[in-house]
Formats: sequence, structure tokens, C-alpha cells
Amino acid sequence: MLRDQDRIFTNLYGIHPWNLEGARKRGVWNGTRDLIAKGPDWIVDQVKESGLRGRGGAGFPTGLKWSFMPKESDGRPSYLVVNADESEPGTCKDRDIMRHDPHRLLEGCLVAGFAMRTQATYIYIRGEFVNEARVLEAAIKEAYAAGLIGRDACGTGYDHDIYLHRGAGAYICGEETALLESLEGKKGQPRLKPPFPAAVGLYGCPSTVNNVETIAVAPEILRRGAPWFAGLGRENNAGTKVFCISGHVNAPCNVEEEMGIPLKELIEKHAGGVRGGWDNLLAIIPGGSSVPVLPKTICDTVLMDFDSLREVRSGLGTAAVIVMDKSTDIVEAICNLSHFYMHESCGQCTPCREGTGWMWRVLTRMVQGRADIEEIDTLLDVANQVEGHTICALGDAAAWPVQGLIRHFRPEIEQRILDYKQRAA
Amino acid sequence: MTETTQAAAFAFTPENMERAKQLIARYPEGRQASAVLPLLDVAQRQNDNWVPDAAIRYIADMLDMPYIRVMEVATFYTMINLEPVGQFHLQLCRTTPCWLRGCGDLRQVIKDKLGIGHGETTADGKFSMLEVECLGACVNAPVVQINDDFYEDLDSASFEKVLDALAAGERPAHGSVTGRQTSAPATGLTTLTDGAGAPDVA
Repeated sequence: MLRDQDRIFTNLYGIHPWNLEGARKRGVWNGTRDLIAKGPDWIVDQVKESGLRGRGGAGFPTGLKWSFMPKESDGRPSYLVVNADESEPGTCKDRDIMRHDPHRLLEGCLVAGFAMRTQATYIYIRGEFVNEARVLEAAIKEAYAAGLIGRDACGTGYDHDIYLHRGAGAYICGEETALLESLEGKKGQPRLKPPFPAAVGLYGCPSTVNNVETIAVAPEILRRGAPWFAGLGRENNAGTKVFCISGHVNAPCNVEEEMGIPLKELIEKHAGGVRGGWDNLLAIIPGGSSVPVLPKTICDTVLMDFDSLREVRSGLGTAAVIVMDKSTDIVEAICNLSHFYMHESCGQCTPCREGTGWMWRVLTRMVQGRADIEEIDTLLDVANQVEGHTICALGDAAAWPVQGLIRHFRPEIEQRILDYKQRAA
Repeated sequence: MTETTQAAAFAFTPENMERAKQLIARYPEGRQASAVLPLLDVAQRQNDNWVPDAAIRYIADMLDMPYIRVMEVATFYTMINLEPVGQFHLQLCRTTPCWLRGCGDLRQVIKDKLGIGHGETTADGKFSMLEVECLGACVNAPVVQINDDFYEDLDSASFEKVLDALAAGERPAHGSVTGRQTSAPATGLTTLTDGAGAPDVA
């Protein structure tokens, strides 16, 4: 188990004050000026060396992403945009960072913003997080008043403004280009890529969009050194991660743990175990609603990191672990997620707009068993046709839970259809 | 859409005008359209939690946007109410993590106690209800957002208490209703047990 001294989010639960004074006691804003004095290239290299991969779901190497930003301006300003539109079902970690340790995020904005030679940061927070936005807004005010951000931030001679922008309820705005559209005052519909945001992002200027957790861990990595972070977890899956454990466990919680912790250990050590014991487990969605569900047999041994979960055809995603015990109607659980994607599809691409609703309607019948056996393959076929055929990954995210359900629970669906037919006969 | 009494005109109060100017100033010159969602929120807060047509035109003029663009934005996001809602607007999270922990029971409480379902408002205008997708507080499921606040770790009995308190004009404490420390395990801390919350910084 990760030692407390290796934890970054030492106020994850809000036991201590979130404010500047409290944050300083936790080591936040400690020596920020010295970190910046080492220059942008040093920061990017350190982050590369640390092995940090994006914490928002896709797991793209952070240092590499930062290196895509232009080193010299062609006259356009450039921006850091923080994705705080946390809406992936199962996920509630960024919320804790923002309400309990907002200065860690702000320090990260300054350091990352400097490393990418940006002029300003926009933090796009989901609209429902009203109280979290209030805390963050107050923290920004504190940071300005203390000279930590804004003009000559931390006495470095570098100017960097940080602005908070509240959304208003739309999951799709967590997709980086939809987020940029929304931030520009439009409806949140994803853009075609390329061009990528690093070339043409916010207001047509070079921009990088990073998740809250990714940005918030950066200063601590620089302070303690890349080898420290890289030494945690496994090769290519480094560091610590905030996990969110929800559903049928005795003590649902958020917890910062080492990457690569066995899923079973994570649940038993921190979340009080599965309700009714590990043998009462039916299935787990290991990384937020978008990743395929795993049956108990895989959960018994799988490790919680990007590569381990990919090997079992699922994913780490946002590390939001949704636990389902044997009382769960697994078809209805996935049907519920299909409703989610139907509701959240922005409607721009036909396969997603039509496919999400179609999958939900078929699954609604399958929950009751009111379907034909052959329709399972039709459903799988539709899911496969939505996957990869849309502008953004929402189409994929809608397809994967359905594919996972059929991959692991086909007999369950079949049995239900047979039972229904028998009752009807 | 049902028939809604629309005011003929809308204008920000002086305080909200000041707030609007501050919000617009967060964006580069010529990019004032970025402030459309923030201004819709200000308008909604000024107008009993819904945005009348006149406010959409008012904001469009203020940001130099075509009316239809503001309308388009207003209809895209679930938090912008284009019709009156109750004094207490209940947003019941229905997505899987809340569903697994009994959001169906909470839906039933609303039905039994208030007699309303998705998209409906009580006759006295006190409560309205919307079933929404994931609110992002999944380890404290099930969750209901009431106006700005999240009520977490609910069950039928505790949710009834919250509703009773609101009806009686009280403002019950939000967050976990079980008294648990935010997102920490209810059974006690498994990490960060040194109490200091401050690691040694190299």
C-alpha cells in the first residue's frame, strides 16, 4: 500500500482548511519560484521523465502533450485549459481536489502554463459544482492577492492569469474540443481533429486541455523529482492515482493509491469490501461508465493501471470503480448507461445520435427479455458500427459498455429472452 | 413546451450588471460571447431560477450575438431553465452509480410526498423535479441536487427529512446526510491517518 508520505492529495477529504494558509502547510506553493526558474524545457522534460499520463481518461503522456505547444509565438497568445467538467459516471475525484485542495490545482496551472509558454489558464468547471466553484473562485482571489498568480507571478517575472468558467450541464463538454466550443460561447459540439488544439484551440490559438488531477500533481512531481513519481506503480503506468469506488461496497470512497494496485486489494483495503463479501461480486466497471464491464473472474486478479486493464479489454479511464454485487440486474445496469449516452449525445454525428437511442431502446426490451436471441448480434453489430465512426469518442464510449455486456454476459441475456418467451407461450 | 407567462422586458439589477461586466472581462476583447453561459446563469438567479425570453434577447444584445445563437446555447445545456421551476428545484441523479444505491427509492419519495415526477412542479410552486444524469458525487450516492447544493448518502427516511425541513422553511445542511466526512470511507480513514495532512517537502 502507498505510504502516506507518498500521497500528493493530503487533504483529499477536506479534514484540513482548503485556504492558502492551509495549503502552504501542506507544502503547496513551496518553492514554486525555483521550479519556474529552471525553465520551461526542464519542466516538460521532468514531466516526461516522471511517466505521468493524463488522468482524465485517455492516459496520453502528459509531458509529450505539453511539448506539442509552440515554443515561439507567431503573434497569437496560447492557453492552458483545465478540464474540470467532471461528468463521467462513477467519477468524483476532481471535485475533491477543487473543493479541498484548490491551491494545488492553481499552482499546477501556473507551472504547466509556464512550461507551455501560455498567457492564461481557463478552468472549465461543470455547472452543477456550484459550491466547488465558489471555493475555487475564492482560492483564485487569494492567489492573486498573494502575488502567486497574475502579473509577475511568484516574483518570477512571468505573467499568468487564471480564470474560472462555469459550464451548465452537458457531459459532452468534457470532450476537449466540445469544451473549447462551449468556452467560446457556443453549444458544446466536438470539432474535427486535426487541427489539434495545440495548433488551433481556444479562439483559434494554440491550447492544451488537461484534466484537473493531471495539472494538480505536476508541481509535486517537480518538487520531489521525476524518479520519485516514476518509481511508484509499474513501467509505463507510473505514479499515484485518485480512485473513486462506488456502488455495492460497504464503504464507498475516494482514495489516492499507487497505480497498479490489484483491484481486489483496492476494494478490500479502502472501500470496506464488496457488500456480502468478495464472493458476492458480480461485475465491476473499473474506469468510469465508458469502459467495458468485467466479470468477477477477471476482477479477482486484475491490476488497476492502463496496460493491465487494456489487456483484459477494458480500461483505466478515470479510475472510477463501479462495483456491482450479485443482486444487480446487469442488463439494466448497462441499459441505464445507454440512457446516459443517449441523453448526452450532442446529436452532431448520425451514428451516435441515432445509435445511442437505438441501443437504449433494444436494451430496454432485453431487460424484460422481450427480444429475439438474434437481436443480441444485431445489437453488437450496431455497437460496432457506432464505435469509431463519430467525430469524438462519445460514440465509442456508448458502444463499449454494450460490447462488454455482450462479451461477458451473453448467456444472461439469452436466458432472460428464453424465460420471457416461455412465460408468454 | 407549456404556455409560460413571459415578461415583456428584462434587465440586470445594478449589482448583477456589475457582476456581468466582471464576467465579460474574463475573456479577451472581441470574445465576449464566451460569457454567454455565465450571463445566462446570472439572469436565471435573478429571475427565480429560470430564464425568460426577454433575458435571452437582453443577453444577446449585451454580447453582440444573434438572438438565435443565445437561444441555441440556452436550449443545449440542462441547467438553463426556460420555464419556471419550483422554489426548490430537485435534480435526482438517475445514472448507474446512484441507481445501484437506491435512487429509485428517492424517486418514489418525491412521487409519494410531493406528487410530482420528471419535469413537473407542485401546484404551490414550491418543488419541481428533474431526473438528471450523473452529478459527479458517485461515492456519496445516491445524490439529489437541490438548487445549488448536493444532498448525499441519502435513503428514503433521510431524504424525507430534508424535504420536510425545506417545506418548513429551514435550510438543512447539505453534503452527506449521514454525517460522514465528505468522500472518506464511512467506516474510518484507511489513509492520511497521521492527521497532519502535511508531508515532508523535500
